[in-house]
Amino acid sequence: MNPSEKGVVTPVRPEPIKAVPVRHPGRWAGAIIILVLAAMLVHALIFNPAFQWDVVRQTMQDDTIIHGIGVTLELTVLSMLMGVVGGVILAVMRLSPNPLLSGTAWFYIWIFRGTPVLVQLVFWNFLGAIWENLSIGIPFGPEFWSESTNKLIPTFTAALLGLGLNEAAYMAEIVRGGIQSVDEGQTEAAHALGMSRTATLRRIVLPQAMRVIVPPTGNETISMLKTTSLVQVISLSELFTAGHDIYSRTYQTIPVLVAISIYYLLMTSILTVGQYYIERYYARGANRTLPPTPFQRLRSLFAGRPAPKTGHDVVPGLEGGGHV
Amino acid sequence: MTDLTKTPRDAASAEPMVKAEGVHKSYGLVEVLKGIDLEVRQSEVFCLVGPSGSGKSTFLRCINHLEKINGGRLWVDGELVGYRQKGDRLHELKDREVALKRRDIGMVFQRFNLFPHMTAVENVMEAPVQVKRENKAAARERSMALLERVGLADKAGNYPSQLSGGQQQRVAIARALAMKPKLMLFDEPTSALDPELVGEVLDVMRGLAEEGMTMIVVTHEMGFAREVGDALVFMDGGVVVESGNPREVLTNPQHARTRAFLSKVL
Repeated sequence: MNPSEKGVVTPVRPEPIKAVPVRHPGRWAGAIIILVLAAMLVHALIFNPAFQWDVVRQTMQDDTIIHGIGVTLELTVLSMLMGVVGGVILAVMRLSPNPLLSGTAWFYIWIFRGTPVLVQLVFWNFLGAIWENLSIGIPFGPEFWSESTNKLIPTFTAALLGLGLNEAAYMAEIVRGGIQSVDEGQTEAAHALGMSRTATLRRIVLPQAMRVIVPPTGNETISMLKTTSLVQVISLSELFTAGHDIYSRTYQTIPVLVAISIYYLLMTSILTVGQYYIERYYARGANRTLPPTPFQRLRSLFAGRPAPKTGHDVVPGLEGGGHV
Repeated sequence: MTDLTKTPRDAASAEPMVKAEGVHKSYGLVEVLKGIDLEVRQSEVFCLVGPSGSGKSTFLRCINHLEKINGGRLWVDGELVGYRQKGDRLHELKDREVALKRRDIGMVFQRFNLFPHMTAVENVMEAPVQVKRENKAAARERSMALLERVGLADKAGNYPSQLSGGQQQRVAIARALAMKPKLMLFDEPTSALDPELVGEVLDVMRGLAEEGMTMIVVTHEMGFAREVGDALVFMDGGVVVESGNPREVLTNPQHARTRAFLSKVL
């Protein structure tokens, strides 16, 4: 009966099974309900006059709003930069065997994590009310240089100090967690090779800690993008404050808030994509193959074949990244 | 196994490579090493065997100062480990000075401890470039030669996660050799390997021994100790129970504890 038993040379493929697949009526019902709800929501959004979509569009093109986006981005980038650099320094201090360093770092984190960032922002802004001048000189002795605090710390700098120094405290704990997640054998191997503490940290421990550090840092960046809106209390005209100024003048609160929310959503979306690529970069060596980028996935979808399984020799996007 | 399998070594340079006198080590109240005395001569393959918890790995880690000793004296190549003697007082060495001495001592770990974010060749060239400030291209070339020597030239671009255990351990040996050490420490180098992968690592170590490298090997591979070893020490409970020529100790142990241990592992 079986063709192969009779020694037939050309192999005969078995008839593919034609079975009735399992039906999922629940899914169809669920999909219809969700579609109806979505349609209702869209309808409500578009046709409710309270949203005033023409005002939304108009607001999105407003010059002060566009300028506000610039300030928001600037604040986010600079304060995160302060946060990351400060966080790494604090984390290393915290883990240092030197009690003076670890104690100082502990105290810093205690203060800056333990008080509201809103209070810190106001504090930096009104530093001039506490100390009118800042000066450099011999402690309790003569001064060589002195400057008015308000001139030295304008509003933008105050905002940056408030956000950045606060962020450093949070980043310190994230970086510390990352450093401690690296196997102790790695430090030992590096020390056994004669590498110094600094070189071990820079070349061996931190690159591996990055895998643990990057996801929460992405989270922090997205959070920071929105936290910058708090600088409204010191009247720095970033995106939220710009919007606030408009609706307190025109009383078109909802459309203005919708307009700036669209911008916030747009910026966080871009950051999310960036985070994906950074995580992918630091995954090298940890996974045998890297997951395809969304772009590669999209391309393979249209090419009609599975996304490329990256072999060990070629890691797309990393060809320049230190291969032989 | 007979003595014929061993190549004779030029035995006696006057200075021993490693010398231990009454080495003590304790963690809190737990005394792990209770006075170790031994000498490892130049070009010798020195095997440390014993049950787990006997302190053999701890002693090995004292030699490159990964562990600080609490008592006794330990010399490598005539110099005190971890201390400098001024008059009759000992001064602790700075981190930088300790690192400087570790350059000359290669170490191979039970769990390989390759750097997972670097390819095989990057692992090997890391220390020469970072520690000795060697030219990158030259270091890479030398590292490729070392990988060739452990039979892994074709895996140079692979990350550790893409290598088998045996291959990882051979890369780890190449990495240690890249610093041109005068002494190699092996901490149970084959204990984490699948049985069929043990041979390839032991072959590399045998090759090193034949070239005259001084090696201290903590191992459970009695076949290797008998065949390649020049000296063997059996440790138990933080003390040296028995020592001598591996072929004699392993075939004709003098102490009951040695016999009990060997009857379980042989």
